[in-house]
Amino acid sequence: MSVPLTLLGLLEREPSHGYDLKRDYDAYFGRSKPLPFGQVYATLGRLARDGKVVAADAEPGAGPDRKRYVITDLGVSEVEAWLTEPVEPEPHLQTVLFAKVVLALMLGRSAERYLDTQRAAHLQRMRELTEIKRTGSLVDALLADHGLFHLEADLRWIDVTSARLQVLTEMVRAS
Amino acid sequence: MSAASVPVAPGPRGCLIEARDVYRSFGQTPALQGASLSVASGEIVAIMGPSGSGKSTLLHCLAGIFEPDRGEVWFDGQRLDRLGETKRTQLRRTAFGFVFQFGQLVPELSAADNIALPLLLNRVSRKAAYKDAASWLQRLGLDELGARRTGELSGGQAQRVALARALVTEPRVLFADEPTGSLDSLTGEMVLDLLVGVAREEGTTVVLVTHDARVAAYAGRAVMVRDGRVTTPSDVVAR
Repeated sequence: MSVPLTLLGLLEREPSHGYDLKRDYDAYFGRSKPLPFGQVYATLGRLARDGKVVAADAEPGAGPDRKRYVITDLGVSEVEAWLTEPVEPEPHLQTVLFAKVVLALMLGRSAERYLDTQRAAHLQRMRELTEIKRTGSLVDALLADHGLFHLEADLRWIDVTSARLQVLTEMVRAS
Repeated sequence: MSAASVPVAPGPRGCLIEARDVYRSFGQTPALQGASLSVASGEIVAIMGPSGSGKSTLLHCLAGIFEPDRGEVWFDGQRLDRLGETKRTQLRRTAFGFVFQFGQLVPELSAADNIALPLLLNRVSRKAAYKDAASWLQRLGLDELGARRTGELSGGQAQRVALARALVTEPRVLFADEPTGSLDSLTGEMVLDLLVGVAREEGTTVVLVTHDARVAAYAGRAVMVRDGRVTTPSDVVAR
């Protein structure tokens, strides 16, 4: 998750104070990891230095920072480019899973036991996410769905690999 | 052997239903080869596994639909596999509920008729049966559809009627075999939400067969059946 680009996106919606940006960021994007205030203001400072936002004059009132930030044309261009570019499709956990399976076979250890343990761990996490879906808000449910689909993809790989374990064992041990 | 002469062995603490080293073949094809599974009262357990692994056969043995060739099936302290067909049928009508992928409803009958049917078969009065059916229709958000023939319902509506029909007798165990297999993702999730929600409220034990990990994640525990055996019986109980 790119914090600077996400804050820029929120600012394109409307000029905002740092406090409002943090609140909206946490509500949608930082549910499990809220953004520290320090990081919000440091990021806004860098965006201002790079000409992507401008800070209006400070407003009177209590609080550490009463500046309203406004996105510039350069900032809008950056958000537009970011939102239209695809994210690099890359496997995540699967490479680690694959390495563990192959190494287990090379070392004569039980890859099947490892795959069963990994399956149980994945299912446990899927149960937690499913409970979040059942009891949480729509935003929680959508975020949980994203995690569930990724875990499901791993599980399908685990199942297919379990089914091919004998052939894979022969191949690894013959090489 | 009569039910009265069947030895009582409650199994693990709180265990309601259990398969012990069960074997079952169809002709020369073995489906179960020493499958064992204990399910505690009030637990929701998913039985997972690839096609042909024996997971549905295990459910059918646990529910007393199939007799094992070898091994034991226990329900609430009695040997289910030693009961005669009449007693097992009686048990299935009163203590067990069933939801399958499809084909369990009578399409010519209305939703209310389908839900009331198990009660009528159990000799409950017509008035009481239809009162209960109406209550379940409301509970599952189907109160507008009571008079509709189930053959005219959408897949999700029909599965909710099937769920109501399975639960109307207040069974102790609900057996569900791929209950959302014919539904799209969102409709399937709605049916599972209802199934799990009602089971938790009523304290109903659920045995859920699925090949889908997202469905299994609704259960408190998942076990794998592979080559006719339960291979991961020690999966963590989450809730």
